[in-house]
Amino acid sequence: MNVQTWTYLFVFLSFSLYIGIAIWSRASSTKEFYVAGGGVPPLANGMATAADWMSAASFISMAGLISFLGRDGTFYLMGWTGGYVLLALLLAPYLRKFGKFTVPDFIGDRYYSQSARLIAVFCAVVISFVYVCGQMQGAGIVFSRFLEVDIETGVLIGMAIVFFYAVLGGMKGITYTQVAQYCVLIFAFTVPAVFISLMMTGQPIPQIGFGSELTEAYGGGYLLDRLDGMSQALGFATYTEGQRSTQDVFFITAALMFGTAGLPHVIIRFFTVPNVRDARRSAGYALIFIAILYTTAPAVAAFAKTNLINTVSNAEYTAMPEWFKKWETTKLISFEDKNGDGRIQYVGDPAVNELDVNRDIMVLANPEIAGLPDWVIALVVAGALAAALSTAAGLLLVISTSVAHDMMKRSFMPNISDKKELLYARLAIFVAVLIAGYFGMYPPAYVAQVVAFAFGLAAASFFPAIVLGIFWKRMNKEGAIAGMVAGFGFTAAYIIYFRFMNPAIDNADNWLFGISPEGIGTFGTLINTCVAIAVARLTPPPPAAVIEIVERIRLPGE
Amino acid sequence: MSSQSANSYWKANLKIVASLLIVWFVVSFGAGILFVDALDTIRFAGFKFGFWMAQQGSILVFVVLILAYMRLMDRLDAQYANDNAAENSANSDEEAGQ
Repeated sequence: MNVQTWTYLFVFLSFSLYIGIAIWSRASSTKEFYVAGGGVPPLANGMATAADWMSAASFISMAGLISFLGRDGTFYLMGWTGGYVLLALLLAPYLRKFGKFTVPDFIGDRYYSQSARLIAVFCAVVISFVYVCGQMQGAGIVFSRFLEVDIETGVLIGMAIVFFYAVLGGMKGITYTQVAQYCVLIFAFTVPAVFISLMMTGQPIPQIGFGSELTEAYGGGYLLDRLDGMSQALGFATYTEGQRSTQDVFFITAALMFGTAGLPHVIIRFFTVPNVRDARRSAGYALIFIAILYTTAPAVAAFAKTNLINTVSNAEYTAMPEWFKKWETTKLISFEDKNGDGRIQYVGDPAVNELDVNRDIMVLANPEIAGLPDWVIALVVAGALAAALSTAAGLLLVISTSVAHDMMKRSFMPNISDKKELLYARLAIFVAVLIAGYFGMYPPAYVAQVVAFAFGLAAASFFPAIVLGIFWKRMNKEGAIAGMVAGFGFTAAYIIYFRFMNPAIDNADNWLFGISPEGIGTFGTLINTCVAIAVARLTPPPPAAVIEIVERIRLPGE
Repeated sequence: MSSQSANSYWKANLKIVASLLIVWFVVSFGAGILFVDALDTIRFAGFKFGFWMAQQGSILVFVVLILAYMRLMDRLDAQYANDNAAENSANSDEEAGQ
C-alpha cells in the first residue's frame, strides 16, 4: 500500500468513528446541546478540552515555526500552556460557581447590562470567527496535499464534516468526538517523533533525545550543538539563541497567555462537568494531555530542522526524494537555481539562498524527510485533520450559542421555546460554516498569524473584564464596557493597520515600543484594565445584588 | 457559612493562587525570557539551561502548578466543609439545650 491508500484508509476510519460517536450521543435538549447536560466525567472532559484547545496551529504550524524561529519560538510554547494556568487558577472555578454557560452570559449578568452582554457577544463571535477561519484553512491545506485535490475541494470536505457533527450532536456529541480526536492527534504527533528520535539519537523519548548525542550515522555530537553549528556555517541564526528583542518576546508570550485565558470556547468546557471539584480536576488532566504535545513539539522542531539541512544543503537538485517534488507542486517548497550549478544552496543570505520552505509544512513533511514508513505519514494526516476539525467544531458551537442563547433568547426574544432556540443554534452553525469555508478558501493570512490575532483580541477584550469582575467587587458596568471597547478597538486597529493597510511598514522600526502585531494584545489588555479601573472609580458602584453574587462565587462549593 | 469564615476562606484561596502565580511568573517570564541568556551559561546533557527552561522546563512546572492547585483547593474545601459541619452541629446542640 502506498501513502495515498493509507491516507484514505486512516482518514475514512477516523472520520467514521467521529461521526458514529456524534450520532450515538445526539443532543436532545438545549442544556445537552450547549454543555452536554453538565455530566461529562473529568478525565473525558480533560481530553476533550485538550483536543478543543490544540488546534491546527498547535499540530501543523507550531513545530514548523519553532524550527525556523529557534529559541524565539518559545513564545508559542510558554504562551499557550502558561495561559492555561491563568485560566485554571483565575477564571474557571469562579465562572463555574457563577453558573453561566457562556462568557457573554457572565459579562451580561455580572455587569447587569444588556449592552455589556451584546458587546461580549460581538467580541466572542469575532474571535471565534478569526480562529475558525484558521482551522478551515489548515484542513484545506492537509486535504489538498494528501488527497491531491485542489484547496477549494479540500475546504468543502472539511466544511461538510464539521457541519454534520456540530449541528447534530451539539456539545454532547462534540465532547465525546473530541475525546476520540485527542487520542488520534496525540498518537499521530508522538509516533513519528519517537521514530525519528530513535533513528537520530537512539533514544525513544523525544524530550530526552532532543538533548542527546546523535548516532554515528548522523555524525555524533549533541544534536543541539550540531544544529547550532550547521546554522552558523550556513549563515542562519544560531538555533538556541534569541533573535527578537526581549520586550517583543515578553509581550507576545503575555498576549498568548491572556488570550488563552479569555478564549470563549475553552472557558465553556468548565461547565460540562458535574461540579467545581471536577472542573479543577479536568483542568489538571487537560494540561497534562496538552503538555505531552507541547514538550514533544520543540523536539520535533529540532529534529526536522537538522534533517532538512542534512537532506537539502548543497545536494544535487535532480537527486531530491519524492516528497520534495510533491511539495514543490503545491508551491510550498520552491527552488530557484540562481548560480546554475544544479545544487541546492540553502543558506541565510537571501541573495544566495535558492530554497524557500513554507513553515506550515514541516510537521507534515517531517516523517517523509526522515524516510518513515508510509502508514506513519498517513497517520500524521489523520491527526492534523483531527486537530483542525475538533477546534473548528468547538468554536462553531460558541458562535451558535452566542447567537441563539445570548443574543436571541437573552436579548431579543426572551419567550422563545427550547426547540426554537435549538433551531436558531443550528441555523447559526450553518451560516458560520459557510462564512468560515469562504475564508478557508480565500485566506487573509497564514494559519498561525490568523490564530495569533484571535488570541490578541481575546486578551484585550475578555481577560480584564472577567478577572476584575471576580476579584474586584467595586467593578461596575461602565468600567467593563469602556474597558472592553477600548482594549478590543485598540488591538484590532493596530493589527489591521500593520497587517492589512500598511504591510510595507510592518517591521520593528515602526512598531509601538518594538511590539509586533502578534504581541500588541498585551498592550490592549493593559489599556482595557486601566480604562476599566479609572471609569469604574468615577461612576457609581454596582448594585448590592451584584456584590452579593460576587461574594457567593468566592465561597467553597458547587 | 458565617461571613467570618467566608472571609478567611477567600483569603486562604487568594494566598494559594498568588503563591502559585509567583512561581508561574518566575519560571516563564523570568527563567524563559528575562534571564534566559544568563541561565544559558549552565549546561546539562545537550541542553543550555535557559533554552531548556523555555522549551521544556516551564511547561513541566505549569503542569505541577495546576496539580498543586487541585490538591490545595480540595484540601481547603474539605477543611471548610468540616468547619461548617462543626459549626452547624454546635448550633443545633445549642438549640437542643434551650
